[in-house]
Amino acid sequence: MKRISFLLQKEFTQIFRNKAMLPLIFVMPIVQLLVLVNAADFEIKNVRLSIIDEDRTEASRRLVSKFEHSTQFNVSYPDTRFESSMNDLDMGKTDLVLRIKRGFGRDLELGKPSKIMFDVDGIDGQKAGVSYNYAMNTVDQYYRELQGNTMIKPQQALLSLNITNRYWYNPELEYKNLMVPGLLAVLVSMIGMFLSSMNIVREKEIGTIEQLNVTPITKLEFIIGKLMPFWIICLFELTIGLFLGWLIFDIPIVGSLPLLFAFASVYFLVMLGLGLLISTFTNTQQQAMFISWFFLVIFILMGGLFTAIENMPDWARKITWFNPASYFIEVLRMVLLKGSGFADISRHFIIMAIMAFSVNTIAVMKYSKRSA
Amino acid sequence: VNPKILKSFIKKEFLHIFRDYRTLLVLFGMPMVQVILFGYAITTDLRNVKIAVFDQSKDEKSISLVNEITASGFYMVTSLMENSDEIAGQFEKGEVKAVLLIGENFNSRLYNGSASVEIIADAADPNTANIVSNQIQGIVQRWVMRQNNGKAVVPGIITEVRMHYNPSMKSVLLFVPGVITIILMLVSAMLTSISIAREKELGNMEILLVSPIKPATVIIGKLLPYLVLALTLAMFILGIGNVVFHVPINGSFLLLLGECLLFIIVSLSLGVFISTKVQTQQMALMLSLFALMMPTIILSGFIFPISSMPAPLQFLSHLMPPKYFIIIIRSIMLKGVGLMAIWKETLVLLLMAFVFIMASVKNYKIRLT
Repeated sequence: MKRISFLLQKEFTQIFRNKAMLPLIFVMPIVQLLVLVNAADFEIKNVRLSIIDEDRTEASRRLVSKFEHSTQFNVSYPDTRFESSMNDLDMGKTDLVLRIKRGFGRDLELGKPSKIMFDVDGIDGQKAGVSYNYAMNTVDQYYRELQGNTMIKPQQALLSLNITNRYWYNPELEYKNLMVPGLLAVLVSMIGMFLSSMNIVREKEIGTIEQLNVTPITKLEFIIGKLMPFWIICLFELTIGLFLGWLIFDIPIVGSLPLLFAFASVYFLVMLGLGLLISTFTNTQQQAMFISWFFLVIFILMGGLFTAIENMPDWARKITWFNPASYFIEVLRMVLLKGSGFADISRHFIIMAIMAFSVNTIAVMKYSKRSA
Repeated sequence: VNPKILKSFIKKEFLHIFRDYRTLLVLFGMPMVQVILFGYAITTDLRNVKIAVFDQSKDEKSISLVNEITASGFYMVTSLMENSDEIAGQFEKGEVKAVLLIGENFNSRLYNGSASVEIIADAADPNTANIVSNQIQGIVQRWVMRQNNGKAVVPGIITEVRMHYNPSMKSVLLFVPGVITIILMLVSAMLTSISIAREKELGNMEILLVSPIKPATVIIGKLLPYLVLALTLAMFILGIGNVVFHVPINGSFLLLLGECLLFIIVSLSLGVFISTKVQTQQMALMLSLFALMMPTIILSGFIFPISSMPAPLQFLSHLMPPKYFIIIIRSIMLKGVGLMAIWKETLVLLLMAFVFIMASVKNYKIRLT
């Protein structure tokens, strides 16, 4: 026990004396969190819509003004013909082109179905789909108003129903509620895994590992002593981040914080253990960093924060079973937003504990005090 | 710059690279795995969404409505509820994403317009909740239309839609260029930032400094080998994207190659710039991988649309090199446009490369501190 405390003291002194690293460890993740959260929003706003009104009748002008008054669109009127507006779409100057052909107003008056055309930049399929839905809703509203004016009553004896949409836990669909804890989890995991993966290999590369190897410290004590400082730092940053998120962004904390922290402390054992494991079998910091980067990118992008895990094909979902970050992100979501209790996340807890145990056992076994 | 000195310096760098076969393996193996993994896994296309149904009527019409939803292929009904108290439990366990509530006497009330359907979505994940809720609503509306033999909504206005560049709206076409960008950016910046920092940390810098090699030679010598390496990597990844995911290259391949080269130069010189600022490999790595990773993923327009961000963040995104590159390669690969459409972005990248290289040459100190 005493030997561990000496190693701990050494590690902390090393961390706090490195003035260049301190801001990177403590300030940067928090700053990134506070800044990037504002950008992490899937809501589609400011769709650029070019309208080409070839009809220029009362009816078409009213449709145009309907679009102007909608908050979702930035409407522009390229004073050109339809063909050159297709060029704008190519050049990325507009997202959506609406063409109202001549005869639109006349057909409407005659009660004939009249046509309008949308050309959509479909590269970002999701954005395209949402923008197009906005546009359809606007046209729909326009038509209904028109019906109201001309007294076209809906035909009788047809089936109809009322549809209500409700959003639980986050009625305003506030992305920040999810993104603040989610990004925080990602940033703290990155810090922990990068630092721990570079730690032992750095001693190897600089040569100071020899000095540690000739001390009487046991392998287990060594790994614990290497793991503890980063574990404390990670939990500390999680606390600060959650506090700031609550203070600045008003994120709801519905469930129990002790439960969340209990889970987080097991989760960090997994991430840091992985880092140390990488550190024991690499030779240079570059290799260590590269390998942990590889895993982190996978953990983050397949963690269910940015895109839902349900959307993945079967085999990819099976891979996420081994992704500790996906469990942590899900637990954050469940405990913070829905107020899930221990019973709801017990499965996550058990899996995380098994992971923590096995990863750290392998790390202890893999570490050799003999130089090769 | 003396070409002979430069040549031997470059040779030294290549030896460094090729003799560390582990790093080389990692360098080519990992991005390959990532592109393949993400090409399939990162998708916003809905699939297998689990929903629960609380059908208070259980009559012919309500059953037909539920069938319609499962028949769409996007949804699986995993639980039939008997009681509305069960909803909260289902959400808290995270079992389903949405609940469809069908009101009482559905069949008979359909005829007087008072039948009700409620879609409750678990908005702890707002994005999925929004999409799921709108999609189910659409399915319900189509079902009503079908029940009326298409008579219900005689559309007064027929809208005709053409989806350009990506007609099936597959997100793989969007994400593969994004993944390529992130990998190129971070790998290139990391490679060079560490190479100078390593010379400092291991003490070789002193040997370089007392030699007659000029700062410019050192920097060019550090850049060129990695340029070759990163360009090979870029071609490799583009090849995978094309063969495995059928991401087309509609524009000129030569132009694409040139733009890749330019972007790699920007990232590499950013790496050199970082390395002139730091003393240890640890710092270099933390800056190039940790500090750059999340801003690159979030602010580049790879996942989140830039046009929807608040103004100060849109400004920040203008400072991100990957933002321009993503626009460029999406334009070339998917839209098939030429240089005319992307000259502005190209110019910005050129400028960035110039600034980073000048700053590195200026920052390169020939004295040890």
